[in-house]
Amino acid sequence: MTGLLNWLAQMIAVTALNLRTLRQRLVSSLVAVVGIAGVVAVVVAVLSMAEGFKRTMATTGSPDTAIVMRSGADSEMVSILSRDDVRVVTDAPGVRRGPNGPVASAELFLIVDLAKRTSNTTANVTLRGVGPNAVLVRDRLKIVAGRMFEAGRNELIAGRGAANQFAGIDLGRTLTWNNNTWTVVGIFDTGGTFSDSELWCDAQILAPLYRRGNSRQTVYVKLDAPDSFTRFRDALTTDPRLSLKVVRESEYYAEQSQMIVTLITTLGTLIAVVMGIGAVFGAVLTMYSAVAARTREIATLRALGFGGGPVVVSVLSESLALSLVGGAIGGALAYVAFNGFETSTINWQTFSQVAFAFAVTPRLVVMGIAYALIMGLLGGLLPAIKAARMPVVSALREL
Amino acid sequence: MRYLPLVWRNLLRRKTRTIFTVLSIVMAFLLFGILSALDMAFVGNVELAGNDRLIIQHKVSIIQLLPESYRARLEATPGVVDVLHQTWFGGIYQKPSNFFMQVPVLPDRLLKVYPEYILPEDQKKAWLTDRTCAIVGRQTATRFGFKVGDRVPIQATIWRKKNNSTAWEFNICGIFDASRKGVDTTPFFFNYEYFDEARLFGQGNVGWYVIRINDPAKAPEIAKRIDDEFANSFAETKTTTEKAFLTAFAKQIGDIAAIIRAIVTMVFFTILLVAANTMAQSVRERTSELAVLKTLGFSDGLILLLVLIESSAVALVGGGIGLALAWLFALGGDPTNGMLPSFYLPNADLVSGALYALLLGLIAGILPAVQAMRLRIVDALRRT
Repeated sequence: MTGLLNWLAQMIAVTALNLRTLRQRLVSSLVAVVGIAGVVAVVVAVLSMAEGFKRTMATTGSPDTAIVMRSGADSEMVSILSRDDVRVVTDAPGVRRGPNGPVASAELFLIVDLAKRTSNTTANVTLRGVGPNAVLVRDRLKIVAGRMFEAGRNELIAGRGAANQFAGIDLGRTLTWNNNTWTVVGIFDTGGTFSDSELWCDAQILAPLYRRGNSRQTVYVKLDAPDSFTRFRDALTTDPRLSLKVVRESEYYAEQSQMIVTLITTLGTLIAVVMGIGAVFGAVLTMYSAVAARTREIATLRALGFGGGPVVVSVLSESLALSLVGGAIGGALAYVAFNGFETSTINWQTFSQVAFAFAVTPRLVVMGIAYALIMGLLGGLLPAIKAARMPVVSALREL
Repeated sequence: MRYLPLVWRNLLRRKTRTIFTVLSIVMAFLLFGILSALDMAFVGNVELAGNDRLIIQHKVSIIQLLPESYRARLEATPGVVDVLHQTWFGGIYQKPSNFFMQVPVLPDRLLKVYPEYILPEDQKKAWLTDRTCAIVGRQTATRFGFKVGDRVPIQATIWRKKNNSTAWEFNICGIFDASRKGVDTTPFFFNYEYFDEARLFGQGNVGWYVIRINDPAKAPEIAKRIDDEFANSFAETKTTTEKAFLTAFAKQIGDIAAIIRAIVTMVFFTILLVAANTMAQSVRERTSELAVLKTLGFSDGLILLLVLIESSAVALVGGGIGLALAWLFALGGDPTNGMLPSFYLPNADLVSGALYALLLGLIAGILPAVQAMRLRIVDALRRT
């Protein structure tokens, strides 16, 4: 028991001495801290991009909303539904009934070219023609500026993300496509969903302009309860006259973002691993030079009767302390620089732009710091063992 | 160079340190190489755009179709040499994640407008004569093991056949290679006439046009002439150079590429900072030794040279291994399976990487080397 206590006392004394003399090795310690902070900042930033995109995707789907497309279509863009299809869908069992008929919206999904505000190059923006009940289907939608478009007029409303990302989306401005002029009358917010990247207008006006007649591309349906989905889907997919595909909104959007999330996470992980290994080597170098600089000090301690264990622990705690500081700085840096940073990218499946915000979550920061500590541990291990094994006599003689 | 053994012994005196310094430089340059390949994949193919090619799309957006009848009018436009049209097929081979682009084209025009696609003579003959023929790029052929003579089923997402079926089948009668590194060899081309006859709707409409012009310098003029020609029709056009078109597309992927580039650059320099600091430190430690060398009659210039050779050797070995690893990694191709078709490490980046490594060695060595050179023997010897 006393042996253990003695060992602990030794360890604390050596570690305290070690950390107090850190200032003498300021430059090389700083270099290690900067290296680790850089790696953590980058890893957290890259992963926060994927996290932000996932969040956009996750908030989009409501469990009691279903999307109906033509079978075989893998995105709204390539789907087409006839007027009869739309009628059968809205009359199907499981659809919620509202004051003015079924809570469903038959929609058109078009893409228009607009300039990105940041780069001034063209980007594909979704122009969605919606039915009168669209707002009841997306019950989270709020008009944050201006007003809703009026049915039967060349007016459109824009999502908050679209308004931030694309030039010309300002209240009262007009936009012209195909010799048709539209006025932006409102900005809406759905709480960070995919819809926030879109422009909306009356499908009745949009259809003839693009020769769509009575056809639509998708029907968004509000179900009377989340578990009515199976009943609703089976009613439509077992009908031999129809050739339809019914998916939950949440599943559809999860699938839509799969490619981009895979891309970001694959690249992010690849970069994180390579950088992490690089940073471990950097930490090894720093700790070796720290041990070298303290050769005499460590030898003196050993000569005074301090054991090898406390020396190992002290070197390790120095490297862990440095990496903790580095990790915290890196996490903070990523948070300050990237959290909430809005950008947009192309959604491969529909060729259209999706705006999203980076999300530096506490989980990511903790992960980054944990990663830093692992780097510190690995970096400190070899030098610590070397320090403990140093032959006292020759070490005392050195320098 | 009889002093090389001296440099060698100095490098070996703290083996662990030298090894780890080299290793961290290796990682930095591996990162640099991966970044260059990524850069190539995201925006680099813009550099490969033919400067004599223009893209004509519907003014509203690329997904709006243009009439096939525009072809004759385009061919009659002064300055236009060849006219090709393409249409997005968007089919699925087995499962959605097996993505590659399928495009119906007029066979002879494809090879004229894209001379960088190389097809063996016999396969070219089949491609030009057999209407059910399809040709596929080397990368996609390798990925799915397609061989000449294979019958490939593709599930349509947009284009149903007249019998309302979504199942299309194509005979592969050619596999094309690229005449230059970096040209995308993932597309799958098939005969437009076969496609137009078989599809249920949309007859006589195509996605966009790619034309070749006789003089790249006249591109703006020709583009304007074309857009004016179709102004105020139902399908107005927007004509841009292929380069501008690809640039805009790269920008659509957007800030993501720029952000990845910025942060990786940052880390590259951080790792270099650590390595440079260590290399400088190892020279500083030897101050008294250098003084001894000077006492023995080594000239200032020679001392400078020896220190610089030492630091450059470490940097070049590390940089060389790092770049070699990156090159091997890039040889493995697109790490995301299909999203970044032109993922490869350009030779120019290998060269600039090597130059960075040399620069690193010189910068890390120069300060301590100059200090060593200026050293007054008496002071240095007294310092211990």
